[in-house]
Amino acid sequence: MRYAMVIDTVRCVGCNACVVACKTENDTPEGFARDWLRYVVTGTFPDLSREIYSERCNHCDNPPSVHNCPTGASQIVEGGLVVVDRSKCTGCKACVASCPYNARYVHPDGHVDKCTFCIHRVRKGLDPACVESCPTEAMTFGDVDDPDSEVSRLIRSRKVHVNNPASGCDPQVYYLT
Amino acid sequence: MRKWTRREFIRVSGTAAGAAALAAGSGVFAGAGAADAKHVPGLDPGTDGDVVPSFCEICFWKCGIQVHVKKGRATKIQPLGSHPLSNGMLCPRGLGGTGMLYDPDRLRTPLVRTGGRGGQKFREATWDEAIDRVAAAMKKIKDTHGAEALALFYHGTGSGFFKKLMKAYGTPNMAAPSYAQCRGPRDEAWVLTYGHTVGSPEPVDMAAADCIVLLGPPLGETMHHTAVQEFAGAVSRGADIITVDPRFSIAAGKSRHWLPIRPGTDIALLLAWIHVILEEGLYDSKFIEEHAGGLDLLRKAVEDHTPAWAYPITGIRPEQIVATARVIGQRRPRSVIHPGRHVTWYGDDTQRLRAVAILNALLGNYGRRGGLFVPSKPELQGPKWPKPAGPPAGVNDSFAFAGEGVTTSIVDATLTGKPYDIRGWFVYGTNLPISFPNPYRLEKAIQKLDLLVAVDTMPMEITGWADVVLPECTYLERYDDLYACAWKKPFVALRQPVVEPLYDSKPGWWIARQLAKKLGLGRYLPVDDMQEYLREKARLSGLDFDVLAKRGFQLVPGPPAFVEDGLSPVFDTPSKKIELYSETLEAAGLDPVPRYTPHPQAPPGMLRLLFGRVPVHTFGRTTNAPILSEIMAENQVWVHNAVARKHGLKRGQMVRLVNQDGKRSDPIKLRATEAIRRDCCYMPHGFGHGDKRLRRAYGRGASDSALITRFEVDPLMGGTGMNVNFVSIEAVEA
Repeated sequence: MRYAMVIDTVRCVGCNACVVACKTENDTPEGFARDWLRYVVTGTFPDLSREIYSERCNHCDNPPSVHNCPTGASQIVEGGLVVVDRSKCTGCKACVASCPYNARYVHPDGHVDKCTFCIHRVRKGLDPACVESCPTEAMTFGDVDDPDSEVSRLIRSRKVHVNNPASGCDPQVYYLT
Repeated sequence: MRKWTRREFIRVSGTAAGAAALAAGSGVFAGAGAADAKHVPGLDPGTDGDVVPSFCEICFWKCGIQVHVKKGRATKIQPLGSHPLSNGMLCPRGLGGTGMLYDPDRLRTPLVRTGGRGGQKFREATWDEAIDRVAAAMKKIKDTHGAEALALFYHGTGSGFFKKLMKAYGTPNMAAPSYAQCRGPRDEAWVLTYGHTVGSPEPVDMAAADCIVLLGPPLGETMHHTAVQEFAGAVSRGADIITVDPRFSIAAGKSRHWLPIRPGTDIALLLAWIHVILEEGLYDSKFIEEHAGGLDLLRKAVEDHTPAWAYPITGIRPEQIVATARVIGQRRPRSVIHPGRHVTWYGDDTQRLRAVAILNALLGNYGRRGGLFVPSKPELQGPKWPKPAGPPAGVNDSFAFAGEGVTTSIVDATLTGKPYDIRGWFVYGTNLPISFPNPYRLEKAIQKLDLLVAVDTMPMEITGWADVVLPECTYLERYDDLYACAWKKPFVALRQPVVEPLYDSKPGWWIARQLAKKLGLGRYLPVDDMQEYLREKARLSGLDFDVLAKRGFQLVPGPPAFVEDGLSPVFDTPSKKIELYSETLEAAGLDPVPRYTPHPQAPPGMLRLLFGRVPVHTFGRTTNAPILSEIMAENQVWVHNAVARKHGLKRGQMVRLVNQDGKRSDPIKLRATEAIRRDCCYMPHGFGHGDKRLRRAYGRGASDSALITRFEVDPLMGGTGMNVNFVSIEAVEA
């Protein structure tokens, strides 16, 4: 089993529903968020295009944040999910510095925090909060090891890329264009 | 238990055996990962609680929500599954609604003004005293000047009871900025053309459309939730999207055709489109023959309005106009021009929307899939209450085609005493200094009043001017009247309290009821137990309150909304047909077919000021709210790169905008971009709050309203076109 997220940049309007859904689901502290939007406008007027990316931890197959964690707090659990055990985290920021996606922050309580793909919901058979709420149905969550899953089918049938493939981390958030 | 090295752990953790071996003290997991779930402390944020269904009030779309409540606290809001309007999804504002509930800056008790009006000096008062004061002042106005000298400004679901109160009191003067400052022109254009308003939510079946034209509503920034859902689906399907906007909006970025039109010239483009569609026979002649009148007169009126004529006016090349007209025509009937919502731009807005209505009619999309469907609103039966006598004439009766109250007519009457004096304003749920054009003129009117009462949840600017402030509880703490929604599947929804009202805030219905009793009008509003009233109303309407309370809504069978399902179109116009040519307008001395009139363009060195929406805020209502204000705390002004360079301005620097009347904005960050024309600038609305009690929003960004000193009044219905101000930009010295 390998969990992944597929985000359709054609459907996404960049409204931030994913960000707000995450903030309230995961009760992140004021001023911090586990996911965010990135907008890229290219071209010159009036020949322009815009790309919109809803971004978060990529739950990489080869995560430097886990490799570089000195206490074992950053770890991989079922489905390849990368999580932080806050009881073991000292807030040393080694993982924050080694994540090429800038997906981690230090929680005011002292531990590092990041997207968990809403593991507490996934374990109940639910989609992550961002996926559930998305008004444009741009986000799909599932098991890429299962060839019949929606994520697998989307990855097979559409043009797909990951952010910064050169990172070598094998990120597991896929973008459809 | 064996200790794993980190490397080993990584290697094995992907396998069920490895992770299961590590499982320690795991809870009960029901999901897909149950077998190999490992307990890691802190992974469950614990925000789940008991769930209460209701509907959202952050904007007018009224989506279904379910609110989690844990130990008396609303922890989070999630979408209400299978909701007939919001389809189990939610926009960022709805998701962030608990921020409004727990905003520490909320109004907590009734307030009575102690200093001069607008000086924002108040003392706390009891509800008894506040209600006594308001009722006494209302009585005095009625005794001295007549009931019509009191006006109600309102917005939102809670306004129903205040309207009932005002009717009983005897005033006809009730108006919402959502009419004359927003959607009024399109509703009247529809009445003139089709015999009925567009209504809300807008019945545009984008879910099945092959061509969608957006003249205005920048979906994706404007979060009309279901519309955005359907729009995204249409984009994904590869539908032809045509966006007409001087700015490269989010929607423009999703469009096959973006027409960056010169501001103020949309009617010329519409007339040229109509010209091509008639000329090339792309319209639905059978539908028009059967259901519409005035085709020949329309044809004659647009005879000269060729794409070549429209080009120098609009800046859109003739071949682009022809190409898009053909797409619009060829995709019919699954081709639709969205009627828009915030359409008060230039003062000839009803005529522009008439052109939109006519173009839709030519496509034969009325009641068709992929076009404009015709939903019915469930009829609700309330308990029988006595009906107050009909009120005298309202102050906006000078606008022959105004179907609702005109806010600015009330301001005019207050300032001029004509057609008669207005002495008191009762303001429910609307922040007039932000929603009206020319706040300076508004202040002058306010200073003439004998009474200004404001009911709100937050210390919005208008409350700072009030004599008495009445704190309402939020939509998560109260019942409101039942909501009957006209949509593809009509339904009735219940707003119910999720938590007890915080502080000394009260529901709107309760406030209206206390005032009615104190004014001796209690028999017109006989509700002391709102749940009992709603239960009875549900029963009389053939609904079940307990089902509503448990599920949040109930579907109500209605007549078909689509021709494909058996709808037969009926048009309640004088001719009983769609009026392509309006004899009603002709008789009133107005253009029977929309005509393009040039509007002044920006003088050299100045830019036209345009404003709009962002997806995480509703008007200025949410910019102070925790959660949503975190996502976007201040606005930026969009200016084309070349214009910024010319003024020696750098991306991201702070600037001030100065309008043609010398009004200077608060500092605002410059967003130098390619994504806008060079003759205009754009800023999101609702920022730059000036009331210090709004601690998060105060002084963050700049207010467009403060720069809108000029407006063009729509002669048909009194709408205020607000895109008629010009600004220059000056650097703010660091």
